[in-house]
Amino acid sequence: MEVPILKQGQNLIASIQSALTDADLSQLREALVERVGKFRARGVIVDVTALDVMDSFAVRTLRDIAHMARLRGAETVIVGIQPEVAFAMVQLGLTLKGVATALDLEEGLAFLHRPGQKGIERPGGRIERG
Amino acid sequence: MAIRSKERQSPSAGLPAPSEDTAALLRELVAHLRQNRTQLREEWARRITRAQLLTAMTEEEIFAEATSVYDNYVEALETGTFEALQAYARNLSERIIPRGVETHEVVGIVLLLRDVLARSLFAKYHEDFDKLNRILDAYEPAANRIANTVAVGFVQERERIIRQQQEAIRELSTPVLQVRERLLILPIIGVIDPQRNRQLTEQLLRAIRTNRAKVVVIDITGVAAMDSNVANQLVQTVEASRLLGATVIVTGLSPEIAQTLVTIGVDLSEMATVGDLQGGIEEAERLLGYKVLPLEDVAPKE
Repeated sequence: MEVPILKQGQNLIASIQSALTDADLSQLREALVERVGKFRARGVIVDVTALDVMDSFAVRTLRDIAHMARLRGAETVIVGIQPEVAFAMVQLGLTLKGVATALDLEEGLAFLHRPGQKGIERPGGRIERG
Repeated sequence: MAIRSKERQSPSAGLPAPSEDTAALLRELVAHLRQNRTQLREEWARRITRAQLLTAMTEEEIFAEATSVYDNYVEALETGTFEALQAYARNLSERIIPRGVETHEVVGIVLLLRDVLARSLFAKYHEDFDKLNRILDAYEPAANRIANTVAVGFVQERERIIRQQQEAIRELSTPVLQVRERLLILPIIGVIDPQRNRQLTEQLLRAIRTNRAKVVVIDITGVAAMDSNVANQLVQTVEASRLLGATVIVTGLSPEIAQTLVTIGVDLSEMATVGDLQGGIEEAERLLGYKVLPLEDVAPKE
């Protein structure tokens, strides 16, 4: 099943509605990374509220999306991880290191629009937004 | 013959009704044990001391317990019922478990008694081998059953105590408290084991979602010791909270714990730590954009 990607201002929002196959996940990754450039997006939100299982491939894909989007100039937030999923993930050692997370869509948007957030954080410093 | 013996003994929870022959032998056996009570008891207590069992108890106590175990033992042999012995074993366990008596000791002393009595039977009947055999046939099943009863009673009592304590610990377990809008504190007291960590993490994650918390302060002032296991579990809790979008600040690491963690090389770089709970809450308020001012500093609006 294809995941709809919505554009909201400078952000892209991908809301996962049901369990995804590995192929769906790869497809989502490619679509997001492509559209970050196409829409000149500054933020990406992936909503996983509907997922009650997350395997290593899914976690790796989410991490890849975040890293690839950053290379393309957008910051990624994963929102809506369920408590049970979070617990299972850390037990498996899948901790999404270096990827921003937020409670839900609202928090994710607040995070992307947080005060003082003029640019994108990078390991070596900050690029100010004009 | 057999019917008469059944009526007399009516063993409700004991051995199957022994045949008249066995019953007679057991009677003879019991008479023998009664007769030599003092001597056998002393021999038994001596062997307990020599085997270094029940070291938590004084010699007088051992002798007193030995006496009552002996009497209950003989009674169980005589009546073929075990209720009295079961009750006594439970009662005994209740008294000696808090003093640190171990399962192997209890099993050990009962087996010693069995051996002491068997020896005395050998001594008494060694000239009549056939009779000795029949006596032992009557004695052994009953004696084994007794040993079993006492050991099972002891283990059950121990398990009961352990269950009780686990429940007590669970009840003491950890409250997640909201101190400000979107700020939770989680004071941990006592020992963190995998089961408790799981419960604690689940509780915290649920609370993060229901309270829409952004910052959590975990205070571990009350955690006495920490090893790499516990530290890793704590890291897991922190990571899981982060996945829900909450920042975790850990406070109250004692100097000893800090030293241990650094010495064993646990990587806590992912974890924000602040010295004490007050500092942790202040830091959390800063993250949330609160500022606490004394009243006189706030300009009156009139």
